[in-house]
Amino acid sequence: MSSNDVLGRTEGGDLRLVGLTKRFGAFTAVDNLDLTIPQGSFFALLGASGCGKTTTLRMVSGLEDPTAGQIFLGDAEVTDTKPYRRPVNTVFQNYALFPHLDIFENVAFGLRRRGFKSVKQPVEAMLELVELGHLAKRKPNQLSGGQQQRIALARALINQPQVLLLDEPLGALDLKLRRQMQIELKRIQTEVGLTFVHVTHDQEEAMTMADTIAVMNQGRIEQMGSPAELYENPATTFVANFLGQSNLIPGTVEGVDGDVVTVSAHGRTLTLPAARCRATSGTVILGVRPEKVQIAETEADVPSGFNSLSGTVVDTSFIGVSTQYLVNLPSGEEVSVFEQNTGRAIQRPGNEVVIYWDPSQGFGLDGTQDIEAGAVLDEEGAA
Amino acid sequence: MTTVADPSVGKAERKAVPPDHKPRRNLTPWLLLLPGLIWLTVFFLIPILTSVSASVQTGNYDDGFKLTWHWGNYAHAIKDYGTQYWHSSLYSVLTTFFCLALGYPVAYFIAFKGGKWKSLLMALVIVPSFTSFLIRTIAWETILADQGPVVHVLKSAHILSVTQALGWTTGGHVINTPAAVVCGMVYNFLPFTILPLYTSLEKIDPRLLEAGNDLYCSTFTTWRRITLPLSMPGVIGGTLLTFIPAVGDYINAQLLGNPNTGVVGQKIEDLFLRQTSGYPVGSAISVVMMVGTLVLVMSYIRKAGTEDLL
Amino acid sequence: MTTLTAPPAAARAAAPAVRRRSPLAWARERVLLVVTVAIFVFMLLPNAVILWMSFNKPSGKFNYVWNHFSTSAWTNPCAQAGMCHSIGLSLEIGAVATIVATVLGTMIAFAMVRHRFKARSGINALLFLPMAAPEVVMGATLAAMFFNTIGPGALGFWTITIAHVMFCVSYVVVTVKARLAGMDPTLERAAQDLYATPFQTFMKVTLPLVAPGIAAAALLAFALSVDDYIITVFTAGNLETFPMYIWGSVQRAYPAQIDVIGSMMLLGTMAIIATSTILGRVRAARK
Repeated sequence: MSSNDVLGRTEGGDLRLVGLTKRFGAFTAVDNLDLTIPQGSFFALLGASGCGKTTTLRMVSGLEDPTAGQIFLGDAEVTDTKPYRRPVNTVFQNYALFPHLDIFENVAFGLRRRGFKSVKQPVEAMLELVELGHLAKRKPNQLSGGQQQRIALARALINQPQVLLLDEPLGALDLKLRRQMQIELKRIQTEVGLTFVHVTHDQEEAMTMADTIAVMNQGRIEQMGSPAELYENPATTFVANFLGQSNLIPGTVEGVDGDVVTVSAHGRTLTLPAARCRATSGTVILGVRPEKVQIAETEADVPSGFNSLSGTVVDTSFIGVSTQYLVNLPSGEEVSVFEQNTGRAIQRPGNEVVIYWDPSQGFGLDGTQDIEAGAVLDEEGAA
Repeated sequence: MTTVADPSVGKAERKAVPPDHKPRRNLTPWLLLLPGLIWLTVFFLIPILTSVSASVQTGNYDDGFKLTWHWGNYAHAIKDYGTQYWHSSLYSVLTTFFCLALGYPVAYFIAFKGGKWKSLLMALVIVPSFTSFLIRTIAWETILADQGPVVHVLKSAHILSVTQALGWTTGGHVINTPAAVVCGMVYNFLPFTILPLYTSLEKIDPRLLEAGNDLYCSTFTTWRRITLPLSMPGVIGGTLLTFIPAVGDYINAQLLGNPNTGVVGQKIEDLFLRQTSGYPVGSAISVVMMVGTLVLVMSYIRKAGTEDLL
Repeated sequence: MTTLTAPPAAARAAAPAVRRRSPLAWARERVLLVVTVAIFVFMLLPNAVILWMSFNKPSGKFNYVWNHFSTSAWTNPCAQAGMCHSIGLSLEIGAVATIVATVLGTMIAFAMVRHRFKARSGINALLFLPMAAPEVVMGATLAAMFFNTIGPGALGFWTITIAHVMFCVSYVVVTVKARLAGMDPTLERAAQDLYATPFQTFMKVTLPLVAPGIAAAALLAFALSVDDYIITVFTAGNLETFPMYIWGSVQRAYPAQIDVIGSMMLLGTMAIIATSTILGRVRAARK
């Protein structure tokens, strides 16, 4: 093995970012990031374009120099290590397959640079893993998008990096192929046991594949946790709006009684568990996901103890699987309701209805936040 | 250690901000640039600046030249060669005009109607330039010879009498007349015009023309309102790359003209190489030409910036 | 999915007659084509004439008018004194100037495309001027500088070569820059990601992809150098390159051999282009 070899890292270790910062002139792309990604996990960095997720990835791979902060792989600091000496590989967004080399040579590239003489066996094995052994002699421009993507993955995986970085690798694929690849990637990661760091703006993708998601906004991490944690209990309006949809209702905290917080909004009293409320006095934003909300025709149909608000249906969309309602509250706010199609009667626009939900499904956010944060303006953040 | 960051990050916390890393100086671009730039500075820029000093010297080859601040050289340069300046300017303007008039259709045709033959057609435009241009210019002697078919046709169509009346041709010849000089210049500079025009036209999305047709433009109007404005960078670039070298060109005038079609370039060559004390005045003329060039290039750069130049 | 049923036979009308267009309309549509062809004839005529005249036996000293057919010029290309010597000199100068200009220009192109720096506009302008400036000015001022520094007697091979490198560099930069700018920059990052040092990245990824551009630039520089007259005549001193020989022969005697060389240059260039195109097609077809 040549001196270029970066092995000697078989103990592995967590990927740790400490105070990582990147500034481009006056613009801060990544702001004092602290992050630990456990070894062997499938980690997703989720955010809209421009949030700093790709810059973070490039700093981990070594292709971008941090303005401040440190990067650790296990116990070894790699902040100043050149990319060709780091045991980290990247699957690029546009695949970046070398057009002048055939598939075999593309996959063998990393091995050759590290000094391996006999590459035939590992390359063939890797091509079998991605089921493209028969294309070894073709050039990249003769492959379809999905095939190119798998070769890009093979080219990175074959080097058994400590961390595999994936920069929106599925963006160029059509929906069906994307779903397939999501499952493939997850399977491979589980089989191989490497740390995968996946950067994406597609929240469904992140939730499907990752063990842990970090939602990034303007260079900072808004919230980090398992997909379920982030979805069921978002910590900020940004996460609540960016991940799926949320109904956010501004209100005032009336009081805290044991493990229940009482909030007044729209002339009604609503409750939620104190453990899920991040404001214990003053203004608060009460949130509830549309699929947790149900529609009743009168107040009498609402089960006791449930939060309820009355309003008028202004829009009904029959999706097939569900019906999506927009209900106008007297104050002018709109609440979304997703009702699964269990055969119940469909409400028409103009109907006076009562919407209700189980208080334990609500979450409370700091009332001073921007209620529109993370709500989608471009198609990227949409579900 | 597998602690994960606190999932309840909701408020911006005051964390310790780490100090910045020292910025890394990147020398590579300068190392790459310097050899070539130094070469150009020493052998292109400095000579032009040196010629300013040379233009105010006096002396001759045998005794050497001394810096005497003889500004009279400029007076010589501007007064004595008026005819040559006039010819150079006139021929260059005509050449540029004809090159644009002939080059634009060709560039347009190749860019929009060329299809898969684009590369071959552009090759046909450029490949002849790989033969010595002197030989190609001299070939016009044969084409425009008195006994040749071209002159014969022009004579029978009585075009020759018209051009004679205008002063473009003399004595029943076409060769060794101003017309031949301009013809040769147009021939030589046409590829220089076509190339930037083609580059500019090729970048135009053909769907823009379709949009024009959709919005009630006839073919001509589409060209005038859409294609022409979008191809302006190419037109201007082509004009610059044709006009400026044409002003200094004297090969066509020498080979295809006569003593009455003298241009500035011939004078400069003469002063430098054949007159023992001519080099200061020759330098003065060069300085005047270079200043003119710079003025033109600078006004272009002011309008269009430098990124499109190369 | 409904299938379209064919209309019953009776309803299928006879195909409509071809629309007749007036010859004027036909001509109007073809105007651009006709004009283009005419201009191409204008551009290519001299080359055809050169080839034709190379087979001429001139009646006097000047091969301007057709006399009668002869292949003697082709069989004795070096019959004229000094011509082949001048060709050799031109080729020598061309070779040296090409190598130097290609190296310098490629380096500049890489710096311009791959790096960002403040002096960009100034450098762009400095690179553009030699392409736009009148050759007479460049030659005269360079000669003046040589007179002042090394003296008129020192003009010769190296002064010519220096001048050629000077005006070729800009063209090399333009050509290589175009090729380099079209290259996906992610490829170099991918190579680094896959453990290639900067040197290995350059040798294994960048160079193979840019090589055609560099080759084209070298070819262009060579053609410009071999064909240059004006700048050469100012810096040549006592030497005579091929263009200078041609110039002189307009005064002395213009033999058919010059047309032979001219034709060989054209045919040679066409052969190179044809070969590379065919090679490219063969390689593509082999897959």
